[in-house]
Amino acid sequence: MNFETTIGLEVHVELKTKSKMFSPSPVAYGAESNINTNVIDFGFPGTLPTVNKEGYRLGVMVALALNANVENHTHFDRKNYFYPDNPKAYQLTQHDKPLAHDGWIEIEVDGKKKKIGIEELHVEEDAGKNTHGNDGYSYVDLNRQGTPLIEIVSKADMHSPEEAYQYLEKLRQIVQFTGASDVKMEEGSMRVDTNISIRPVGSDKFGTKVELKNLNSFNFVKLGLAYEEKRQSAIIKNGGSIGQETRRFDEKTGETMLMRVKSGADDYRYFPEPDLPGFEVSPDWVKEIQDNLPEPADKRRKRYVDELGIPEYDAGVLTDTKEMSDFFDEAVKFGANPKLVSNWLMGEVNAYLNDKKMGLLDTKLTPKNLSTMIKLISDGTISSKIAKKVFKETISNGTEPEGWVKEKGLVQESDPAVLTPMITEILDNNQQSIDDFKNGKDRAVGYLVGQIMKQTHGQANPKVVNKILMSELNNR
Amino acid sequence: MNYLNETIDSLHKKLADKELTSKELTEQTLAGIKETDKDISAFITVNDKATEVAQKVDEDGIKGPLSGIPIAIKDNIVSNGIKTTAASKILYNFMPVYSATVLEKLESAGAINIGKTNMDEFAMGSSTETSFFGNTHNPWNLDSVPGGSSGGSAAAVASGEVVAALGTDTGGSIRQPAAFNGIFGIKPTYGRVSRWGIIAFASSLDQVGVMTKRVEDSATVLSTMAGHDYHDSTSSEKEVPDYRANLNKDMNGVKIAIPKEFWHEGADPEVIQQVNNAIDAYKKMGATVEEVSLPTLKHAVEVYYVLASSEASSNLQRYDGVRYGFRAKDVKNIKDLFVNSRSEGFGDEVKRRIMLGTFALSAGAYDAYFKKAAQVRTIFIQEMNEVLDKYDLIMGPSTTSAAFKIGAKIDDPLAMYMNDILTIPANLAGLPAASVPAGLANGMPVGLQIMAKPFNEQAIFNAAYALQEENKFYEKIPTALKGED
Repeated sequence: MNFETTIGLEVHVELKTKSKMFSPSPVAYGAESNINTNVIDFGFPGTLPTVNKEGYRLGVMVALALNANVENHTHFDRKNYFYPDNPKAYQLTQHDKPLAHDGWIEIEVDGKKKKIGIEELHVEEDAGKNTHGNDGYSYVDLNRQGTPLIEIVSKADMHSPEEAYQYLEKLRQIVQFTGASDVKMEEGSMRVDTNISIRPVGSDKFGTKVELKNLNSFNFVKLGLAYEEKRQSAIIKNGGSIGQETRRFDEKTGETMLMRVKSGADDYRYFPEPDLPGFEVSPDWVKEIQDNLPEPADKRRKRYVDELGIPEYDAGVLTDTKEMSDFFDEAVKFGANPKLVSNWLMGEVNAYLNDKKMGLLDTKLTPKNLSTMIKLISDGTISSKIAKKVFKETISNGTEPEGWVKEKGLVQESDPAVLTPMITEILDNNQQSIDDFKNGKDRAVGYLVGQIMKQTHGQANPKVVNKILMSELNNR
Repeated sequence: MNYLNETIDSLHKKLADKELTSKELTEQTLAGIKETDKDISAFITVNDKATEVAQKVDEDGIKGPLSGIPIAIKDNIVSNGIKTTAASKILYNFMPVYSATVLEKLESAGAINIGKTNMDEFAMGSSTETSFFGNTHNPWNLDSVPGGSSGGSAAAVASGEVVAALGTDTGGSIRQPAAFNGIFGIKPTYGRVSRWGIIAFASSLDQVGVMTKRVEDSATVLSTMAGHDYHDSTSSEKEVPDYRANLNKDMNGVKIAIPKEFWHEGADPEVIQQVNNAIDAYKKMGATVEEVSLPTLKHAVEVYYVLASSEASSNLQRYDGVRYGFRAKDVKNIKDLFVNSRSEGFGDEVKRRIMLGTFALSAGAYDAYFKKAAQVRTIFIQEMNEVLDKYDLIMGPSTTSAAFKIGAKIDDPLAMYMNDILTIPANLAGLPAASVPAGLANGMPVGLQIMAKPFNEQAIFNAAYALQEENKFYEKIPTALKGED
């Protein structure tokens, strides 16, 4: 029996606002427990929500970047359930009029392009966090409570774990390039829940859907789904049937484990939030957001190739993350040769980041400093050997390269008026080398250059030295 | 101190003329409450810091009309540092860390929060009998209920403990107790007053209002506390008039609609008689009175109980024993913590409404109950607005009977719910509405209800003022208080 897999993904993405979606508390990752909270986040009696318009704007940005249709009249709904990290015992979300619907993104698997549909996108508030101490108590931290989220619900258009993986990669890239979210799985600003079912090829009925949770990386998504494909097909082949259940992925074993069996649908008793009037999302506002959308990765890649002459592969690497691509654009804007900027970013800079296990924005390197340094190499002010020193200094300490090389006396000596007398003197003292040269021993040239470099402490411009030396030698 | 013969104006004059300091007034008020509350039990908490606050007001100098004047606050209006319980066991020890906008506004005008008044638990009830803290007694007859849910505020004003009190009104909780206690009480237009800091019962219906003996005093207080608040997205940005300064008792040419459905067949004829007398008085003052029909009114109680209970079931979920308020003891797990805290913390009426609302919102019932009720509400709003397109005011009885005896209806929830039929319409339609004393029926007060167009509270104040000046009901002393002084 051959099976066909059907996968749908629900992705939660934190929107990058300064304050929460329905309260003025700050949004910040990693603060001390319950610091970023106020009476609203605690669900104190008498408190009311107010809408963070910026959060909604970011949501619209994401929706537009995913080619979805933005709803022009909408409202928030209450999703009711009890949990200690859910202080009002309802979550504000958009149930029957989501922010946007019917989007799509294009992925490529095995060289074939495919569109994956997006059912809907809605804005909602995040819950707090429960932790279970070793002292028998459980603790609630409401810092995250109320953080704006956009939930992106795909259509069940994916048929393999690889397609799901590509969808997530593409989704992450598109959202990241809008600047609306950091989309970091490791910080929880992107979270993935999956639904997977299998059915015999040719069957017109979908198999029973299993929900898979606790997927902390795209790779785990792929592994978890692949495990489910195998598990489910083995059950069916053995004459069993799939239970409607929620499972969790175990990172250690690579297997999925039963969390709970679903008995019918959960009843969240959704109803329109009476504390917030319905509101208009005007077409003019949507157009304004559309017109100001940051350039997406695909367009940037094309521009790098077509306009800046960057090789296709390099352009792909540069546009892998928004921070790298922004950095590249900035550095080029400061006047450095694009190809050289690209080479530096992909070479020395990446090597440095890998070595130090840092992100680009965690270093002290600025686009302007990188650009200045590259210009100093291009115009011969510093040698590429010195450049390595300069690079180390500027990326570690944020030092401005031009002033630093001057201050440290690292400027390359390129002036013939300075170099010629020096070269003449060295030749005068090395008759043997001149003779060797005349006898066709090229090695002699290397020796002479070495002498000059020694005398100039390595700061002589090798190109200029070579030129003067050859003409002097030929004149002897 | 007893306020039976005082008004905000008369007190303000004494304070401004330094005949009396706010501190003295406050001390006398506290003493008066201590004495009178032996019979009435209007307060859950008396503010023991009130004298200090009054002293501060004295030091800063008496300014506006409310400066230095103690007022009572219903106990579902949160007050920073003063216990706020909503008359529920589940909040029996709750100490707020912020104050409601209404309270902040009144306090910055110099008013003094003298204490927190009794009410039905979470404002669910019409008799103040569902309070965790016991009954409040009607100053006209101590065996009778003061009405509800703002029964404590109404009784405090009627018995002269305070000159003014804040109430809240979700389905009649200001107007019905005002009627039962022979005082004036107004529920403003939905959105006129901020709900920030009001312990929510039904968010789309709740509104804060004022209860006073005199119409002009409510006008003063409402002007002070109304207005837009960024904390409350449902609050209106419309400008707030000076209702007191604009008071005008000229009723010439005012068009009054009387919906025939308000003359309920089950209503007490004595009550109807007093209401008819009041309406006749308006005719004599030059108003035109015409009968109209509100056919959808017959569904109002069902619609109200579905919508209000649905919203309440969600609003009251936050009382889970986790962060504040009552927490059940000896629980083994989180489910027990939720279930036991709520089972032990809520009273019967609150549980009944939570069950009702939870059912109405559940997947299988939503369309037939919540959604249908919301649709009927829309039709009803249209009906009310059509009447108000043609008329300035809608009038009728505030209640179908005068105050009933304590215990008479507490075991018959349906009879209790039917009490609200005349007051619910204004909440469903978001209209401003008030109850003004019309007379006595068998020795107990009767209220005339007045409704107006949205944000036209002024028309209500004017009409109520005209009747007040005509019948001078405020001169009557509640019978249970007689001979006390």
